[in-house]
Amino acid sequence: MVEFGGWDMPVEYSGIVDEHLAVRTRAGLFDVSHMGEIEIAGADALKAVQHITSNDASRLSNGQIQYSALTTPEGTFVDDVLTYKLADDHFMLVVNASNIIKDFQWIAARVKDVGGDAAAVNTSSRYALLALQGPAATAVLQSLTGVDLSSIKYYWFATGEVASVRVTISRTGYTGEDGFEVFAPPSSAERVWDAILQAGASAGVVPAGLGARDTLRLEAAMRLYGNDMDETTTVVEADLNWIVGWKKESFIGADVLKRQKAEGAPRKLAGFEMLDRAIGRHGYDVFVDGQKAGVVTSGTQTPFLKKAIGMAYLPADRTAPGTEFEIEIRGRRMKAVVVPMPFYKRQK
Amino acid sequence: MYPSDLKYTKDHEWVKIDGGVARVGITDYAQKALGDVVYLELPEVGRTLKKGEVFGTIESVKAVSELYSPVDGEVTEVHSALVQHPEEVNKAPHDSWMISVKVTGGQDGLLDAAAYSELTK
Repeated sequence: MVEFGGWDMPVEYSGIVDEHLAVRTRAGLFDVSHMGEIEIAGADALKAVQHITSNDASRLSNGQIQYSALTTPEGTFVDDVLTYKLADDHFMLVVNASNIIKDFQWIAARVKDVGGDAAAVNTSSRYALLALQGPAATAVLQSLTGVDLSSIKYYWFATGEVASVRVTISRTGYTGEDGFEVFAPPSSAERVWDAILQAGASAGVVPAGLGARDTLRLEAAMRLYGNDMDETTTVVEADLNWIVGWKKESFIGADVLKRQKAEGAPRKLAGFEMLDRAIGRHGYDVFVDGQKAGVVTSGTQTPFLKKAIGMAYLPADRTAPGTEFEIEIRGRRMKAVVVPMPFYKRQK
Repeated sequence: MYPSDLKYTKDHEWVKIDGGVARVGITDYAQKALGDVVYLELPEVGRTLKKGEVFGTIESVKAVSELYSPVDGEVTEVHSALVQHPEEVNKAPHDSWMISVKVTGGQDGLLDAAAYSELTK
């Protein structure tokens, strides 16, 4: 167990490699109750969400979800979030555990700036969150719910019961596999957890921890706040232009992001694979033409692809796939090459 | 659980000394703490080591750790097959020797199996 954002979290149950492969080939169950929820409600809720997040929330239907950024005036990340449209006047942002307090203070103040009829509430303690991820996820969860899971498309959600517990079922995840995240009342979460593991036993569903969550999300090239982006890196630099609503009216940081999009940012997050036998990890320095030119943000040996991969900020003109650079690993410069992301894409 | 023909260090290496030559590896406790081992970096033959000196690096999916020499001596052999298959360290830690060292100093400070078991409780 490790301390993470004020929670005691299991790093691994049966082992990172074992759990990682289970999620890629069968399914794994993660307790991600540490994630935070901040709800924004009122007649002007959409206006507030549009102001504080980069993506265009006006394109969401009720029951739909989008990946987005809570942005600073500099176009950098206060956090990365999932925006759930619960109703025309009610949104929920799912935020990172370590940012709950910061995000809520930021959001509450910005919602006030916008004015009108909108208020933010930190509802994190009302939800436990379980993630069932992997090719067997649908069949296993379907055996426990009356909700027709095939009717929930990717990045949509529905409410219903799982194991007789009232929940919200969201077709989302952080692994690169198909799967669901189940929001349950904390008092009933254990019942849902036990029911899923029991129902999934014959399909080989295993509990999975933070360690496998990290290697899985990295193979899928999903960013991790605090590693791959933070308050010093912009949405454009993080190569997440697709989560910016370029055509919407305006939002915090829009000017900077539009300028960076037009003129190009000096650096960009890129995927890499090691050429030398070594792992480039978070915080290691990157060298281009012998000069320090960036930093590794995430890196590991991935259990499924069996390669040392990672992400790094590189000078923007050195991010074309095939471009070689070096990473300083324990005093030695080791070769790496830029590769396209994601590293892993599931067969559909 | 910990073989009685091996000696152990507080840094979780094991050492098997036979005729003045020590074979060195890491303990079952250490491999469990590291998790899935993916890389092993070992020294060149001929390098002299002081007790407690770093002789290599072991890297698992989740962490990097240094390897410390349990004795003074000179590296006479490096287990290159293990470098190619570092996952063997997880499967059979007490058979996965990493280096052989011709011992030049004393062997004080090493723990026997019972004392090491106690330490890792």
